[in-house]
Amino acid sequence: MSAPPSPRLRGSGRERMLVTPEGIALPITLASKGARAGALLMDLVFVALLQIATTVALASIAFGGLAGFFEAGEQSGGLGAVEFLFVVWIIAMFLFRNAWFLFFELGPRGATPGKRIAGIRVAARDNGRLSVEMVIARNLLRDIELFLPLVFVASASEEGGGAAGLAALAWFMVFALFPFWNRDRLRAGDIVAGTLVVEQPKRRLEAAMSAAQAKSGEADTKQAFAFTDAELDVYGEYELQTLERVLRENRRESLQKVQQTIAAKIGRSDGQGQERAFLDAYYGQLRARLEAGMRLGERKADKFSGKG
Amino acid sequence: MSAQPSLTGAIEDAALRSDRFRFEREADWKRLEAIVARMERGQLYRLSDEDVQALPVLYRTAASSLSVAREISLDAATRAYLEALVQRAWFVVYGPRSSLGTWLRGFIGGGWSASVRAMWPDVLIALAVMVAGVVAGWLLVAGDPDWYGSLVPGGLADARVPGASREVLMQSLDGTQGSSGLAAFAAYLFSNNAQVSILAFALGFAFGVPTLMLLVHNTAGLGAMLWLFNGQGLLPEFAAWLSVHGTTELLAILLAGASGLHIGRTMAFPGELGVLEAAALAGRRAAQVMTGVVLMLVIAALLEGFARQLVADPGGRLTIGLFVLALWLAYILGTGRNRYGADA
Repeated sequence: MSAPPSPRLRGSGRERMLVTPEGIALPITLASKGARAGALLMDLVFVALLQIATTVALASIAFGGLAGFFEAGEQSGGLGAVEFLFVVWIIAMFLFRNAWFLFFELGPRGATPGKRIAGIRVAARDNGRLSVEMVIARNLLRDIELFLPLVFVASASEEGGGAAGLAALAWFMVFALFPFWNRDRLRAGDIVAGTLVVEQPKRRLEAAMSAAQAKSGEADTKQAFAFTDAELDVYGEYELQTLERVLRENRRESLQKVQQTIAAKIGRSDGQGQERAFLDAYYGQLRARLEAGMRLGERKADKFSGKG
Repeated sequence: MSAQPSLTGAIEDAALRSDRFRFEREADWKRLEAIVARMERGQLYRLSDEDVQALPVLYRTAASSLSVAREISLDAATRAYLEALVQRAWFVVYGPRSSLGTWLRGFIGGGWSASVRAMWPDVLIALAVMVAGVVAGWLLVAGDPDWYGSLVPGGLADARVPGASREVLMQSLDGTQGSSGLAAFAAYLFSNNAQVSILAFALGFAFGVPTLMLLVHNTAGLGAMLWLFNGQGLLPEFAAWLSVHGTTELLAILLAGASGLHIGRTMAFPGELGVLEAAALAGRRAAQVMTGVVLMLVIAALLEGFARQLVADPGGRLTIGLFVLALWLAYILGTGRNRYGADA
């Protein structure tokens, strides 16, 4: 979009940059196709369940009421009530089919219940506000993308398939495969509405690494493992973050493996049996050194890049 | 490693300068997170006034924390947390500003009519296609009455088939006996028509061609019925019967077709914008028109279900129909001229 994806985010090609009005670039990740398909499936199940529940509830009220009116001998009154329930039913079905997605995507969360569970949401493609018109447009197109072809497929298969069934299936597939054919994974509704579907990450604030060490009473081990500048200069930011991940996961085998790798690389033989303390100390000192460099405008991306 | 004198508690324990930076601001981030979480759940009413006022400030604080953290901190977890938090807060702070109510007020107060006017070429094309459809339907059936069955769906035709006597046709226009079933009929008509018009709109995505075909198909049936009633000299009665709701309904279908066409035409000829931007602009305008179309169809169904069945006199029916049409035209042409420019 307006800024190239940061080199730090490697891989899937789903990263985009969103620049806030404050001028801060926020990395956003497009929702994966799996998450979107899953969200849609969940929403369809929810809608179907609600439609069935509403139908059953209204039908039971209607039959119960009708029986009561027949006992009282007032058939016309009973029919009026049933007619009213029928009207309620038609309108409820219409709303479930057309308004479910609209209602939830217009909310502050910008996501239907299915999307919430999948951890994704709708956003405006131009980095602006998500507007009511966008949400309406993207959801009206669901009719030709999803509901109509599915109805055709179902009715064609009842009549024994054939050319009509194949045509309906092709129609369905064209729209289902739309997100595969463009860079931003837009479905037809997204194109017309100017929207995107992005991941909405939710993260807890993890404990600070240096404070965690202090709390566990290992502050003095840091002195036991002191590393020289030469030993610290071996690695860069990428390795630091890998190390951070290993420390946070705190799994014995990986700690041992990483400790051995680092010790071999920098040529130290101590730290056996005290892997955690060794790595904590190395992490703390490496980070302090790299951050000091950052303040002076010197960054070292990874072990391959030269200093400064 | 520098050992500077520091503040209190955790801040004191933190060995790294970047961790101290984090501890000094952590409380604000957590507060922002709590406010955002509550707003995401739609529990605005549970926010105190202070929280609501603090939100923009906290958002900006977190955003600047993020840009500082990117410069001074290598704590990936904290940076990821801040990125997620600022993104969530951004969606809340810059989320849909207008509630549905405010939007609806702007919509009814002229936003809709401005959007309709902004797509006038498509409205004219759709109108021409619909007229052509009626004429084609009439001519086809006039040439060979067998066409009638394929143009008018069986359920709708009922007793209105070629060869029906004048009395039967007259009878089918009456419909005043017995008022039971009217509401159900109206609801059914609405649901059906709304779905068809949404279809007409959505089909515009395929460059508008299927939309036109749908319009022709639907109006050809109308032409066929006009021919049928004309054959028995009942054309004025039929037109009056139809006009009660038909003026509203046909106008709604016209606008739905025009919306679809608008999208299709814009995608085929995007002009100076890129295809995606042009499609998005047209799509939003058309979505607004479509919302109005659905509301029009509610009104059409009410007219069809009630007004038409309760008024039997052709003159009365025609008056209602034309009056409603005049209201729609005045509304579309008259409202929202000042506030909304050509590009609503």
